[in-house]
Amino acid sequence: MRVWFAVAALWLAGCSKGRGEVHTFVEDPFPEKLSAWGLFQGTGWTLEPNAGVTPYELNTPLFSDYAEKYRTLWVPPGQAATWSDTEAFDFPVGTILSKTFMYPVQGSVPLAKGAQRTAGNADKRFRPVETRLLVHAKRGWVALPYVWNEEGTDATLEVVGSSLALEATHTSGRKLSIHYMVPNVNQCQGCHERNKTMTPIGPQARHLNRDYPYDQGPENQLARLARLGSLKGAPEPGTAARNAVWNDPSTGTLEQRARAYLDANCAHCHERSGPAASSALYLSAHEKEQHQIGVCKAPVAAGRGAGKDLPFDIVPGKPDRSILLYRMNSGDPGVMMPELGRALIHEEGVALIRDWIQQMPGACEGESRQAMGG
Amino acid sequence: MAMNPDTIALPGRRSTAWLLVALATLGAATGCKKEEKARVDADFYKKTQEALIRARPGAVIELPEGRFQLDRSLSSSVDGITIRGKGLDKTILSFKGQTQGAEGLLLKGNGLTLEDFAIEDTKGDAIKINGTDGLVIRRVRTEWTGGPKSTNGAYGLYPVQCKNVLIEDSVAIGASDAGIYVGQSEHVIIRRNKAMRNVAGIESENTKYADIYENTATENTGGILVFDLPDLPVQGGRATRVFNNDLHGNNTDNFAPEGNIVATVPPGTGMMIMANDQVEIFNNRFRDNKTVNLAITSYFVARKPIQDKNYDPYPESIFVHDNTFTGGGDAPSGLVVKLLALKMGKPFPDILYDGIVNPKKLTPEGKLPDALRICIRNNGDADFANMDLWNDFENIRRELAPHDCAHPSPEPVKLSGVTP
Repeated sequence: MRVWFAVAALWLAGCSKGRGEVHTFVEDPFPEKLSAWGLFQGTGWTLEPNAGVTPYELNTPLFSDYAEKYRTLWVPPGQAATWSDTEAFDFPVGTILSKTFMYPVQGSVPLAKGAQRTAGNADKRFRPVETRLLVHAKRGWVALPYVWNEEGTDATLEVVGSSLALEATHTSGRKLSIHYMVPNVNQCQGCHERNKTMTPIGPQARHLNRDYPYDQGPENQLARLARLGSLKGAPEPGTAARNAVWNDPSTGTLEQRARAYLDANCAHCHERSGPAASSALYLSAHEKEQHQIGVCKAPVAAGRGAGKDLPFDIVPGKPDRSILLYRMNSGDPGVMMPELGRALIHEEGVALIRDWIQQMPGACEGESRQAMGG
Repeated sequence: MAMNPDTIALPGRRSTAWLLVALATLGAATGCKKEEKARVDADFYKKTQEALIRARPGAVIELPEGRFQLDRSLSSSVDGITIRGKGLDKTILSFKGQTQGAEGLLLKGNGLTLEDFAIEDTKGDAIKINGTDGLVIRRVRTEWTGGPKSTNGAYGLYPVQCKNVLIEDSVAIGASDAGIYVGQSEHVIIRRNKAMRNVAGIESENTKYADIYENTATENTGGILVFDLPDLPVQGGRATRVFNNDLHGNNTDNFAPEGNIVATVPPGTGMMIMANDQVEIFNNRFRDNKTVNLAITSYFVARKPIQDKNYDPYPESIFVHDNTFTGGGDAPSGLVVKLLALKMGKPFPDILYDGIVNPKKLTPEGKLPDALRICIRNNGDADFANMDLWNDFENIRRELAPHDCAHPSPEPVKLSGVTP
């Protein structure tokens, strides 16, 4: 029998078109090197965005083993994304979203608040590990994970994913051994999927509705995209949905911050048209029904995720009886949630959800609030 | 160069580049002492995953003979692919010590065929297939090799929200929930499989148009379960035929994590129908299931609150006929069951019915309309009890006469796009 391996064509051409210019690719083969896209000037040690590449942040992001993330958006010149109230914006073909995962060279994680950077990594405080691109190709969104070389000079496409052993120090002083997993493209789809179609997650109104410290000064991200002509149909940011910042009490109540956290960390799958729709646990920020977000909801196919004897996803007043917290607080692949994207437990996130459940009013049948959790 | 480019052999014997790797891997597998720490076959993982990613619709991915150690899930979302090994005892993918992924193999895409391999010792589910139309699983084994343990993964073969599913000649061992589980699906055939030492051997859940036949379920906690459950987006499990199955000695202690619905299944249950409608159970051979050979119940036996307003917790239009019953019921176990045993004594009857009916559907005479009755006839000398669960076993009735009726058979399941 003849053996046949598909091999992506090595991208050799197109690198010499001059600095400062973005190139988009909308069909196979995609470049083997990140540099071919021209998103950044210099190296992974600077990540200075090229002209037309807009950095952005999310109010509350997904936790990824304490990685620092630097995100950028590039929309083909003369074109614009279309606004949506609750879904990802509808971006034109050719759009490039990038997310670079980095760990501090020195110092600890999580980063102290307010440590803003004006350019991606201009102060060279972070070692670049991986840059994931989400590209709107002709056949739909395509996920392309690029892994940075040791020197941080360029990154190479790894469609099969890979794993890296990294170390960091937690602010508590504890050493963290990070088993950093570069996802393969299927795993990317495990989260980036709506109605079985690959889709971006971050660029939704409620996540983007905040200021960003651009070189020219702070400005609301939605307002800026609209002003630059990259986003059409946008209302005034003040009238649009806005998620709280999970760890900033000035941005929302405990409830709002907890829901923002679940929205960013769970709802990419636990959404009505997402990959975990079969569980009927829906954690998007706009879900109103308490039962639907897990309050007194019995597990069905949770398997070991239900712990030894945990009765419901959320038991008000009883975080230690709540499956949702149990799964967030686990590193066992057969138990942990999310299933992908982390190997470490997000202690600060767990603490937030614990507080929220502890203070949640109400009770579930058979789980009186007075009794101590089991 | 005239060979079919869509057949991808991993790592095949004539692959010069991979020959050494393959031989080394096989050598390590055969020469490996059991107590040695498993070494991850990173090359096998990488080549297999790459083939799954780069496969075009219609591709056949051939897995070689051997035992391969993986620490991460494999996944695919390409339509129309076949993953084929050399036999369910010859091509073995072991996930012992898995560090990433909630399953061994995670598949999406339509028109999938899985044949002739085994998945062992995953941390979570062995093979999960989500939202697929057209699925064949043939001669595949899923197993947790350390025996029944609550730390075993939940499901062996796990299609959910799928259509046109055929699972045949496969083996499922040791799942802490269900060995073969089809959930929220329709048009399903499960036949000639063997399910052993799982909590549930075979489970059809919130599924309609299912034929479950010629399977053997033994040494599970419960042999075959046909359930309809609340809090799921797809409900209305119905139109299921369960026939020509062997269900014997399903007496393993329930080792499911307590919060799960199957944790409520009493050890020693041959078959259990819960809240499903239009189920025909015939020509099965029940033997030595120590609590009860066949139970027909509402969801209320689970003793869990129902929050879901759209949910129908009552079993209706059930027809049990021409089965054979031998032994069993001699050592009833489980909470509700023990309460009942106090009232009823032992041995338990072959067929146990909880007697809970939807009060809104009763006729003026206080009976279920003919079309919804629980019908039981021609089961040899099988004995029976309606345990009157609603009234805490107040009026236990053992006579079969009120159940002497018949329902039309659900249509045999026809699969579209799948060749049985």
